Amino acid sequence: MQNWINAYSAMNLRFLFKGLLVTLEISIVSVILSMIFGSILGIVRYTKIPWLSEIVGFIIDIIRNLPLLLIIFFVYFGLPSLGFKPDTIVAAIFAMTVFESMMIAEIIRSGIGAVNRGQLEASRAVGMKYYQAMWHVILPQAYKNMIPALVSQLISLIKDTSLATIIVTPELMQHAQVIYGQNANYIVPMYLALAVLYFIVCYSLSIISRIIDRKMA
Amino acid sequence: MITLLRTYWSTFLTGFGWTILSSCIALVASLLIGSIMAVFEVVPNKTLRTIGTVYVEIFRNIPLLVIVSFFYLVIPMYVVKINGFTAGTIGLTIYTSAFIAETVRSGIKSINIGQMEASRAMGMKYVQAMRFIVLPQAFKVVIPPLGNQFINLVKNSSVLAFVAGFDLMYQGNAIASQTFATVNTYLIVGAFYLVITLPISYYMRHLEKRLA
Repeated sequence: MQNWINAYSAMNLRFLFKGLLVTLEISIVSVILSMIFGSILGIVRYTKIPWLSEIVGFIIDIIRNLPLLLIIFFVYFGLPSLGFKPDTIVAAIFAMTVFESMMIAEIIRSGIGAVNRGQLEASRAVGMKYYQAMWHVILPQAYKNMIPALVSQLISLIKDTSLATIIVTPELMQHAQVIYGQNANYIVPMYLALAVLYFIVCYSLSIISRIIDRKMA
Repeated sequence: MITLLRTYWSTFLTGFGWTILSSCIALVASLLIGSIMAVFEVVPNKTLRTIGTVYVEIFRNIPLLVIVSFFYLVIPMYVVKINGFTAGTIGLTIYTSAFIAETVRSGIKSINIGQMEASRAMGMKYVQAMRFIVLPQAFKVVIPPLGNQFINLVKNSSVLAFVAGFDLMYQGNAIASQTFATVNTYLIVGAFYLVITLPISYYMRHLEKRLA
C-alpha cells in the first residue's frame, strides 16, 4: 500500500502530466500537419492526374503498409546520416506526420469517392472550375461524412505517440518509465496510471465523435 | 545494400520468421477471443454484454505498447517467467482481439435479425443459431476489414522489438547498431514488411471491389 502512495506522490503525478502534455502536443501538431498533407495527397490521388496520381498512390500504399515504429527509427537513426538531425520531439512529429498523412489521404480519397459523382458534374455544368467545385461543393460534404473515420484515426495517432518512447521522446509513457526506473515497486501503479490516462483521452474522443455523428445524422 | 543483405540474410530471415510466427499465433488467438467477445456484445444476457463492451472499450483505447510492456514487466515479476516473444504475442492478441470483436460485431449486426428468429423458430438453441446460421454469414461480410486488421497486426508486431521479441524490427535494430548502415538496414526491414502487407492489402482491395 505504501508503494502505491509513494508512486502517486505529487511530484510523480506532475511529471506524468508533463508527459501527457507532450503527448498531446505531438498528437495535435502532427494531426494538423497530416490533415493538410493528407488532404492534398488524397485529392491528388482522387483527381487522376496522369503519372502524378499513380506515383502518389504508390507512395501512399508503400508507407501505409509499413510499421510506424520503422518510420520512427528511420527518421531518428537513419536521416542523420543523410544530413538531417531532428531532436526527439521533432523526429516523433515528423514520423507521425509522414505516416498519418498517408492514412488520412486514403480516408479522404474514399470520402470524396463516396460523394455522388453528379455533384461534381452539376457544379461544372453551372460554370464552376474544377477546383472551385472541389472546394465549395465536394469537400464540405466529404469531410462531413469522414468525421468518424478521422476521429478514430486521431485516437490511433494518440495511442501511437507512445511508440516515440523508443527514441526517448519525453512523452507520457517515457515519463512513466523514468518514474518506475527509480523503484521496481512502482511498475504496476505506473502502468495503471498510463492505462487510465490514455483511456480517458481516447475514450472521451470516441464519445465526442459518437455525439457529433448522432447530431449530424 | 546488397552486401548488407548478403552478410546478414540469415538474421533478417530469422526475424522475418519470428514476425510471421507471432502474427499468425496472434491472429488465430485474437480471431477466437474477438469472435467470442463480439457474440458477448450482442447476446440478450446483460452481464455478458457488459463484459464484452468493457473488454472492447478498454483494450481499444490503450496503446499496444502499454499492454505489451505491462505483460513483459509485470507477469515475470508476479506470475511466471515469460520471454519477450511470449509477452509480446499475448499483448498483440489482446489488443487485436478488441478490434476484431468490433469488426465481427458490426458484421453480426448487419445480418438480418429474421435469420436469428427463423433459426430459433425452427427449434435451434441460441448458441446453435449463432454458430451455424449467423456467424458464417457475418464472417463473409467482414473478410475485407478482417484482412485490414491482419495487416495492422503484422505492422503492430514490430513493437516486439521493444521487449526483445526477436522479430524483424528487433533484428534490424541489432544489425543497424552493429554496422551503422542505418538507412540501408531500415530500407531492407521495410521491404520485408511490405512482402507480407502489400499483397494482402491489394488482395483485400480487390475483394472489396468484387463484393461491393
